[in-house]
Amino acid sequence: MNRRHFLRTAGSAGAVVLVSGNLRAALAATTGPIRIGFLAPLTGTAASAGRELVDGWNLYWKLNGQEIAGRKIEVIVEDDASSPDTALQKARRLVQQQKVHMLVGDVLANTGLAVAEYVKTTGTPYFMPVVAADDLTQRTRIPNVLRVAGFAASQMTRPLADWCLKQGYKRVVTIGQDYSFGHEQAGGFIQNFTQGGGKLVGQLWHPLNTADFSPYLGQIPSFNPDVVLAIETGADAARLLKQWSNFALKDQYPLVTSQNTTDQSIIRNLQPAEALGIVSSAHYAEGADNPAVQKFVDAYEKAYKMLPAIFAAEGYTAGLWIADAIKQVKGDVEQTDKFLSAIKKINIPESPLGKDLHMDEYGNPIYNIYIRKVVQRKDGKLVNAVIDSYPNVSQFGKLSPEAYLKQPPFSRDFQGVAK
Amino acid sequence: MNQSRAFRWGLLVVAAVFLLAVPHVFGEYPQTLATEILIYGLFAMSIDILAGYAGRTSLGHGAIFGAAGYVTAYCVVTLGSDPWMAMLLGVLASVVVAAIFGALAVRTSGVYFLLLTLALGMVVWGVTYRWTSVTGAENGLRGVARPDVLTDLDTYYYFVLAVVAAMVAIIYRFVHSPFGQALQGIKESESRMRTLGYNVPLMLAVGFTLSGLFAGVAGVLIVFLNNFVSPNSVSLALSTQGLLMAILGGVGTLWGSFIGSAVIILLQNVVSFYTERWMTILGLLFVLTMLFAPEGLLGKGRALSRRWLKKSSPES
Amino acid sequence: MIGTFIQIANALSFSALLFIVASGFTLIFGLLRVVNLAHGSLYLIGGYMGMVVTTATGSFLLGFAAAALSIAVLGYGLDRWLLSRVSDVELNQVLLTLGVAMILNDLALVVWGGDARSIPVPDMLRGAVRMGVFFYPKYRMLVIVAGVVIFAALWFVYNRTKLGALIRAGVDDREMVQAMGINIRRLFVLTFMLGSALAGVAGMLGGAFLTLYPGADAEILVYALAIVIIGGRGSLAGAAIGSLLVGFLANFGQIWLPELSYFIIFGPMALLLAFRPLGLFGRA
Repeated sequence: MNRRHFLRTAGSAGAVVLVSGNLRAALAATTGPIRIGFLAPLTGTAASAGRELVDGWNLYWKLNGQEIAGRKIEVIVEDDASSPDTALQKARRLVQQQKVHMLVGDVLANTGLAVAEYVKTTGTPYFMPVVAADDLTQRTRIPNVLRVAGFAASQMTRPLADWCLKQGYKRVVTIGQDYSFGHEQAGGFIQNFTQGGGKLVGQLWHPLNTADFSPYLGQIPSFNPDVVLAIETGADAARLLKQWSNFALKDQYPLVTSQNTTDQSIIRNLQPAEALGIVSSAHYAEGADNPAVQKFVDAYEKAYKMLPAIFAAEGYTAGLWIADAIKQVKGDVEQTDKFLSAIKKINIPESPLGKDLHMDEYGNPIYNIYIRKVVQRKDGKLVNAVIDSYPNVSQFGKLSPEAYLKQPPFSRDFQGVAK
Repeated sequence: MNQSRAFRWGLLVVAAVFLLAVPHVFGEYPQTLATEILIYGLFAMSIDILAGYAGRTSLGHGAIFGAAGYVTAYCVVTLGSDPWMAMLLGVLASVVVAAIFGALAVRTSGVYFLLLTLALGMVVWGVTYRWTSVTGAENGLRGVARPDVLTDLDTYYYFVLAVVAAMVAIIYRFVHSPFGQALQGIKESESRMRTLGYNVPLMLAVGFTLSGLFAGVAGVLIVFLNNFVSPNSVSLALSTQGLLMAILGGVGTLWGSFIGSAVIILLQNVVSFYTERWMTILGLLFVLTMLFAPEGLLGKGRALSRRWLKKSSPES
Repeated sequence: MIGTFIQIANALSFSALLFIVASGFTLIFGLLRVVNLAHGSLYLIGGYMGMVVTTATGSFLLGFAAAALSIAVLGYGLDRWLLSRVSDVELNQVLLTLGVAMILNDLALVVWGGDARSIPVPDMLRGAVRMGVFFYPKYRMLVIVAGVVIFAALWFVYNRTKLGALIRAGVDDREMVQAMGINIRRLFVLTFMLGSALAGVAGMLGGAFLTLYPGADAEILVYALAIVIIGGRGSLAGAAIGSLLVGFLANFGQIWLPELSYFIIFGPMALLLAFRPLGLFGRA
């Protein structure tokens, strides 16, 4: 070809490249992958929960595909090592270097608080499926921090108190881990219990990682309770239940517990005698007679060879929630306000955490909470089955948000005892 | 000798230029990493002063580092005081804690010193964990805002660089001072120093307190970088990491601490792309260093370069 | 009254477990002068190994044997390929064991996960014995018995056999023993294996009522450190008395002074190290 022809072709080819380059850049903003930074403790004290959180989350995407509205969903999983310093470091990396569109995850309250503090400055959406520190959706709420598939600590135990009153229990002793999560969970129960006419006759707080519960268990008879409430997580939960049974207290007093105490991750490692019959309240029950729940449980069991714990269900449902919201904004997550609004306003009809999931005005979901009881399945495995349920439980319990926010946050000193 | 002197100065100039250029060359995240490397390098250096010059290996410096952070955070968040004042109080706190630790630890050495500082560090950790009203227990204290003039990350980086450089200069002068040299004498032969009439326990106590001061400065700098403090900041894991940084770089080399800090922080960042097994890698680093390079990278480097220089000289 | 008796029995069962861990630790610290910071990891892995074998074979006793043997072998490996390669500078050896602990803990996480696992206890040890108004778990009685039996066995070996005499001599004066022509290296290895096996057995025993989980290693190590410091390195009597002290302090401290629970152990340990580092029965 002659030179002029070549130049003209090259010129127009160059123009096309230039234009399409710009176009590509413009399109990339809304057609490039949607990057999600997922933080979870894969090592450290909360490793068990973190692992299941990630597995549940990954299962959702495996079963439903990783593309929405023409954009690929790219998930970057980082270990927060059960430490707030590491969580912050990883959050920084995900936001500043990997330019994620949103952060999801964390388990321990202090890691969640560290990340929340950070995204306050960057405006990055941060969705917490597990972190339950009450105030993050109450007095110190941040507009871009929302509890997606998670719950506020004091919310989950309230229906349990109502159920206890229904059984005719009037006197309760609580035994729990002495830190903010324990205080908040106990507070929610006690507020509902005492509002309904019950009496708090004693509280036994123990430090995290208590090996020997006998000093506390030994004091229980002296309070003469009708029912005992246990608020435990992790190894403490396993040990309390074992020792509760070893010291034959199981036959003497009814025990009700928080959702983590009889979680699948605990009872799957216990003997039936140690766990059967214990009642708890949660937004999730792996033995619930609900098709969406059972579908999830079966899929999880097939993929990971064990029954899903609460963290797995929360991880999965977080995936579902976020995917639905992305669908609603047609993949345009760059418009943060619209995306956050979608997350807040959306309604999830069916999920492993029940029907009709949606958030309140403050960024915390409203749940239909089950009263569960540990039973043994046909195949011998221990699961939580449903014996009762309480619909539409919000983080504010029976109070209006304004009235609730006027009272102090739950703590060792303020346990919600009704005047 | 002149050759190595010139070489060292050259290295210093290159390093200085590099450090000054960081905010202009690198993005926000690497800049944050660089700030961390400087702060933890200073922390490791504070441990090295004791280990390298007085021969006392401490596993309690994390507690001193974190105590400074807690006091600073408490002043800013709970008392609402001026952040500059809070910084000063934080450093003061670290000096007090170090003085107490030092007073208790002076009569021990070797493994017992290690265990004692470990136990003391755990006592401090226990306080931060249980004194909820002051320390916020396991949630720590959040919202520790920098002074207005330092809010911008670039400015804060330069501030940290300036402070760390100043501290390094002070440490350098200290180590080459008569007091510093006497401390070195203790490391080499304690009995000799005693016979010569030196008050060894007093010197060790002073040395410990001084090293605590530098750890405290680092502790204050980190709390303003992260804007929060938690029991993690006083944990044994932190003391262990600081010690490893000092050892990796080379105990007694001072500069080595920054190399150790850079290696560990960068490794931590790179490794997490490929595997969750950071703890195994950190442990391996410890094991390999103890087996093959207990004198650290810098020490090994010096030994190798000495050998190389000898080989290349015609008289060998 | 019975309540207090129960608390005392609990403190005793905890002390018994601690003694088994601490005795191994003090033997190693005494003779080899190594503060083996991986001792807690040996406890944890011993427990996991015991759990695996007990679940697979249904025999609690086989589980014990597996725990003891596997950790003895692990100890052998640790000593032969790692500790002996590090220069005889105490500090370097200690830091090496720190690195080993990190590796072992992480590997245990990979293999057995983060759930709190427990060891299935044989039927005859399940349940409780009635004592008036209270019940006391049969298993905890076993732990107390095991602690006493192991103490008696160790005491016999330590004080009435040639091996024990050699170990005691080595604790007192290593160079002398070497000068007498005894192969000190072999003695070291044997002692390390014995000490490690004790940690493994303790893990098996403890796993059934304290559960096994990431972090259990650090917790038990802390207690072992405190006990050996209080009792004095290389002293069995010291380990026994130290275990009783620490076990009771931990137990009753939890009831009386829950706010100070973290320093009820470290406080006394720190003070002892500052003013009497040799502890009750230790020699320089």
